Formats: sequence, structure tokens, C-alpha cells
Amino acid sequence: MRIYVPRDAAAKAVGAEAVAAAVSAEAATRGLPVELVRNGSRGMVWLEPLLEVETPEGRIAFGPVTPADVPALFDAGFGAHPKALGLTAEIPFLKKQTRLTFARVGVIDPLSLPEYEAHGGLAGLRKALTLSPEAIVEEVTASGLRGRGGAGFPTGIKWKTVLGAEAAQKYVVCNADEGDSGTFADRMLMEGDPFTLIEGMAIAALAVGATRGFIYSRSEYPDANAVMGQAITIARAAGMLGPDVLGSGRAFELELRIGAGAYVCGEETALLNSLEGKRGVVRAKPPIPALQGLFGQPTVVNNVLSLAAVPAILAEGGAAYAAHGIGRSRGTIPLQIAGNVRFGGLFETGFGITLGEIVNDIAGGTASGRPVKAVQVGGPLGAYHPQADFALPFSYEDFAGSGGLVGHAGLVVHDDSVDMLRMARFALEFCAIESCGKCTPCRIGAVRGVEVVDRIAAGDAAAIPLLTDLCQTMKLGSLCALGGFTPYPVLSALTHFPDDFATLKEAAE
Amino acid sequence: MLPILHAVQAEYGHVPAEALPQIAEALNISRAEAQGVMSFYHDFRDHPAGRHVLKICRAEACQAMGSEALAAAAKARLGVDWHGTTPNGALTLEPVFCLGLCACAPAAMLDGQVIGRVDAARLDEIATEAGA
Repeated sequence: MRIYVPRDAAAKAVGAEAVAAAVSAEAATRGLPVELVRNGSRGMVWLEPLLEVETPEGRIAFGPVTPADVPALFDAGFGAHPKALGLTAEIPFLKKQTRLTFARVGVIDPLSLPEYEAHGGLAGLRKALTLSPEAIVEEVTASGLRGRGGAGFPTGIKWKTVLGAEAAQKYVVCNADEGDSGTFADRMLMEGDPFTLIEGMAIAALAVGATRGFIYSRSEYPDANAVMGQAITIARAAGMLGPDVLGSGRAFELELRIGAGAYVCGEETALLNSLEGKRGVVRAKPPIPALQGLFGQPTVVNNVLSLAAVPAILAEGGAAYAAHGIGRSRGTIPLQIAGNVRFGGLFETGFGITLGEIVNDIAGGTASGRPVKAVQVGGPLGAYHPQADFALPFSYEDFAGSGGLVGHAGLVVHDDSVDMLRMARFALEFCAIESCGKCTPCRIGAVRGVEVVDRIAAGDAAAIPLLTDLCQTMKLGSLCALGGFTPYPVLSALTHFPDDFATLKEAAE
Repeated sequence: MLPILHAVQAEYGHVPAEALPQIAEALNISRAEAQGVMSFYHDFRDHPAGRHVLKICRAEACQAMGSEALAAAAKARLGVDWHGTTPNGALTLEPVFCLGLCACAPAAMLDGQVIGRVDAARLDEIATEAGA
């Protein structure tokens, strides 16, 4: 019997280790031959720990399982049980998705290369090895893939720039410094299907002529780092990495590096400085990293999700990927639904689903049962959207047009108990804590911003124009997105929820 | 430089002041540069922490599920503020901005072990187990 209990950090955080131990112990007591597979998470976090059993009809699921449930599950022969959810693939939250990047996450043993291959892994890399660098770049350009880290820059164009640059050494750097609140797709992918990321990076290296790569991950992700590190070792032993990638004669060496708690290192130039062993301070652009990146050499810097989308694009063709989505937002986006929601987790779908569908239909509204007040989209630098924005289709253009951003596609839902002035203050406080200090609008602006919000809170309405003016300065004058986008949550809170900025003054009057 | 600092901290629990000149010399950088790098990153400490370190997430998704109240309860239970260590040296309380556990918020991490949906009762359990 094959039983799956996820090793994903979110599953562990709600007791998966104890469930796995209980399954092993129960199987041993009963003398049953059980193969326990520690898979990634299916992304239905409210059902974690989600236990699955392989049957001739497909995998069936039980959740959320506690260790105390385990003996009864064995007694029932993994049939009728109050926690039974039926076939995993038929659970509506999963069934409604289009999983391209996350096709294998939660399905396979993340550290089994044979299983990876059996589920379509390595097909993209094998295809890439038959193509010229220009043809690989062309395929990625045709897919319409854009930077999933948040900037939305066309991946194919970035690769073309690096390919065209002359240098003895080029690099591929994966930005896995997923610091945005409400986002966990990078973590889930690294824990659930790390070979996909390795394959995507190897394809990028072939496309641009790079022979070395780095994954820059976070110290806050010990579980992901452990899996990723093991996957690199396995891939190297199997010849997927190293001096002779899959026997092609092409070299690609990959290293995992861990950050040290600095949010700003998710910004690509700060990340490069950090990789070089320096303070994670932002660099002025130009020069762009594609021409002068790591150690001054041409460097592809892509997010985990961008690179992980590449194997499927090569395997199935750019056109197949571009068939999903709307407008200039092509392909699928792994949405991360978090905060105060009934059904939180990862939902991969084509661009174009509306914000209201995500929050009401997919996430099932708030966990508290109270009305939704605001949804922050795109991490701590993303705007707060009121219910009035629920018709917005999820795309780069639509969100930019509404004074917001898609970011890394995390959505944090707040119910009506949230105080938006406090959230605006928090955004500025966070910016002040995490600012790298290189540019004045961010370093000083964030600190002054907190003071100005406190003045507003104390009833000084005259401080409101000062806050909007300060935000304008930060937006236009900052070197990177930290200072430049912190005004999004602040101004959207002020614009959409003015009552929260006036309460004390009105109370005083 | 970061792998070295991580390794030193893993060994000693912090980065001792006497380590920096040695690191600087080995890397052929100035002591000021070494100090600058170390002090830039939140993770590196210049003095030892308690026997256990509890990190509570302060980011938005956890706030939406009551992490502010949880943090206040933690501070009251332990009698320390952020970055403080209980007088018996058992537990250090630290803020963290996102553990990637945003769909099972509020989240915390005890010595590298992730914990989701933390409430006051669970917090008390954690603190007691840690000897604080």
C-alpha cells in the first residue's frame, strides 16, 4: 500500500510529521507493508495534513488528519471515514485549476528523479538540447512568459539580451528570496518539485550560454532549503547537472545560497550584491544585470516561478503556454490565497480570473465569517483593494491600471475588523526596517511616513496631503521597488478607506 | 561571506567579535567591510541568543489572522519585548517577516521548526516546553 503524507512546511506546521510517524507506527503494529511517500503539498492548506492513498481508481484523500485518526483510517481500510474526501483529483479546488508549473507538486516524491521523469520531467531540457540558443529564446518569447517575481518583464527578451552579450563567463541566478507576505509558491515548488527549478535553470543556461548558476533562497525557509540542497546533489550525481549535462557535453554547475533575513535582497541587484558577499544594497540601473550582473558579468536573474514555467514551455511549445491567459498576460499564474480566508492555498490558473471569483468562489470568503474589507494583492508593496475592485481580471495590465500590481501573485484577505490606517502605518514601518539605506526617499521617507501617519491618527487632518506628497516623492525618487512601491499599500488604504483615517479626528470633534 | 557568517553562527550561536577580523583577513577585505556586511543582515547576532529562539511572523497575512494579539500575548507571557531573552536564558523572542505559511496563519518558528495556526494556548505550550 502506498500512502502519501506531505513534507511541505505548511503541512508540517499543522502536524504532518506526527501523522507520518503515526502511519509508520500503525503499519508496523499491524504488520502491513506500507510505502510512505513524503510528497509536496497539493496546495489545499485548510485540508493539511492531507493523507492520500493510492487505489486502482486513483489517489483518494483524507484531511485534515490528526495522529488520532490514523488507527481508525487503517480499521476502515482507508474507505468510509468522516475525514474522507474522495478522489483527490475531483476535489473542486484542485479540479478547477490549470496546473502547468505545479503539475507535479504534491503528486510525486520530490526527491525521486525516476518519478520526476515518469511524470514528464526532463522532456523540456532534452528538447532544449536539440535546439540552438536562439531557438530556445524564441520558444520562451513565443510563450509570452513574463517575470513572475512581480516586475512582469518578458523573460524571452531578458534572455535574448544575455545571449547577445559577449563574455567569458555568464550566470543564471534564481531569485528564491520570496519575502512577500502572502506568497509561498516558490517555497512550495522547491519543497514539492525541486527538479523542475533545476531543469528550468539548466534550460536558461543553455539558452544564454551560461555555465554557472545560483539559487538565492531564504533563511526563513529551512525545509525548502533542505529539499533543494538534496535535489541538487541528486541531480549532479545523475548527470542532470555538472560538466556534461545529460551527456550533451555542455556544463552547468548549480549552487544553493541562503540569505540572512534581509527583505530587500529579493530586489535583483541587492540580491547580486549579497551573492557577492556584500551588504544587500540596491545598485542603480543601468547597467542592467543582463549585461553587468553577478561579478559584473551578463546574468539572467529570474524568479523561481518564471524558471519553473520554462520546462513545460519547451516540452509543449511556447504556443501551448500562450494559449492560456488574457491580453499581454499569457500563460498561468500560481495564485497564493492567504490571510483571513476559508480555503487558503495555492491555485494555479490562466490569467483573467477576476479578483471577486478568487476571493468569493475559490477562497470561500473569510475564515472569520465576517465581510471582506480589503484584499492586498502582490505582497507588502501591493495595493489594498476594496470589494469595488472585485470585477478586476487578474492580469498585469488590469492591476497596474487600477493603481495596484500583481506582484508575486499573493492575495491577503482582511475582514472588516482591519484598521486600514494601521495597515498603512505597518507598510511604512516595514519599509523603514527593511530599507537598504542607499537612496534617501526610501531611507528617510519611510521613517517620516510613519510619523505622518501617527499625526493623522492623532487627529491632524492637515497631515494627509503631506502623506500623499511624501508617497509621491518615494514613488518617483526611490531606486527600487521597496521605496517605490511602499506608497501603493499606503495610498490605496487612504483612497479606498478614508474613514479609517478620519475616525479619531471626528471623534474629537 | 554569507556562507562563512552562517557557518560561524551555526557553530557558536552568534558571530563573536573576534571572528570578524579573521574573516576580513581571509577574504582580503577591511574589518569595516566585514562589520558592515554582518550588521546589515537581521539574522546575524553579535551576542548569544537564549537556548531556544521563537520567531513570530509579523507580516500582513498573519496580521489578518490575529498575529498582533498573539505577539502581545507572547511578550506578556515571556516578559520580554522583541529581541529579548527571558531572564533564565531559555527563550529569545524575535519578529520575522513571512515564513511562507500564510495560508495557515498566524505562523511561528521554534528553532527552525515551523508551527501554523498558533493561538495563545499553543504559545503557552511552546513557552513551557522551552522552559520559559
